[in-house]
Amino acid sequence: MSAPAQAAAPARFAAGATVRVKDDWPERRGPCHIRTPHYIRGRTGTVVRPLGAFPNPEDLAFARPAPTRTLYHVLFAQEPLWHEGKPGDTVMVEVFEHWLEEA
Amino acid sequence: MAAPPRADSLALLDRLMAALQAKGVVTPAEIAERQANTDKASPETGARMVAKAWTDPAYRALLLSDGKAAAEAMGVSMAGAPPLGVLENTPTRHHLVVCTLCSCYPRAVLGYPPNWYKSFAYRSRAVREPRAVLAEWGLNLSDSVEIRVVDSTADYRWMVLPMRPAGTEGWEEARLAALVTRDSLVGVAVPAAA
Repeated sequence: MSAPAQAAAPARFAAGATVRVKDDWPERRGPCHIRTPHYIRGRTGTVVRPLGAFPNPEDLAFARPAPTRTLYHVLFAQEPLWHEGKPGDTVMVEVFEHWLEEA
Repeated sequence: MAAPPRADSLALLDRLMAALQAKGVVTPAEIAERQANTDKASPETGARMVAKAWTDPAYRALLLSDGKAAAEAMGVSMAGAPPLGVLENTPTRHHLVVCTLCSCYPRAVLGYPPNWYKSFAYRSRAVREPRAVLAEWGLNLSDSVEIRVVDSTADYRWMVLPMRPAGTEGWEEARLAALVTRDSLVGVAVPAAA
């Protein structure tokens, strides 16, 4: 892996962990910048691997101090996300740790 | 093709560059270097990396574990570029890259993104009906192949490592690289030995 990582807390989730993306909608509470797409909010996926730690873009976007957060590749079955599609197809998304909870 | 820049946009750019230089944020040399790197970047870079990976197992391993280092090993300046992840297509898995949130694209190794990559249609449909999107590109994958859509939402940029086409045994790198199109590095096409 490239060396994006700044020193950060150890990754909370390991490869293979089942995780749920928080069903949270900060855009309803005010101005924000979010890298978690709508279509995975509240959905369950599997951690493929941690990708390193990066300054939180939700802070960077507003020029606030941006503590690093672990970023994960999380895999979702494609068909349940949309109620259409072919079973076996998948969607893999980069998701920051503070958007994930144990499932 | 992109429309030519408007005169008032260029004037604004001149003023911005002058202000950044006056404040010591960037030097003219740094701007020139970045412009040169940006203009030099093209899908031919990614194609050369793929062709080398097809012929050199050690380079393939490097490419899959650290795309940025693999690009630098080919002489590409990756200074300031985001990490580059490389997605390996196999007989049972095909990757398709999209950025649903904006238009993240591995510019350092593919150059400027095509307009369709930035379109609402591609960005919204690729994650929802990838097989229909690929079929419109003329790519009909077998039901036995998993389509893995990779939504480029954060700090990485993603490039596909396509499978080496049959019938290319013994080809040298330059001839192989000519088969690798921009579209196959995004995943809307696969290379074929014509």
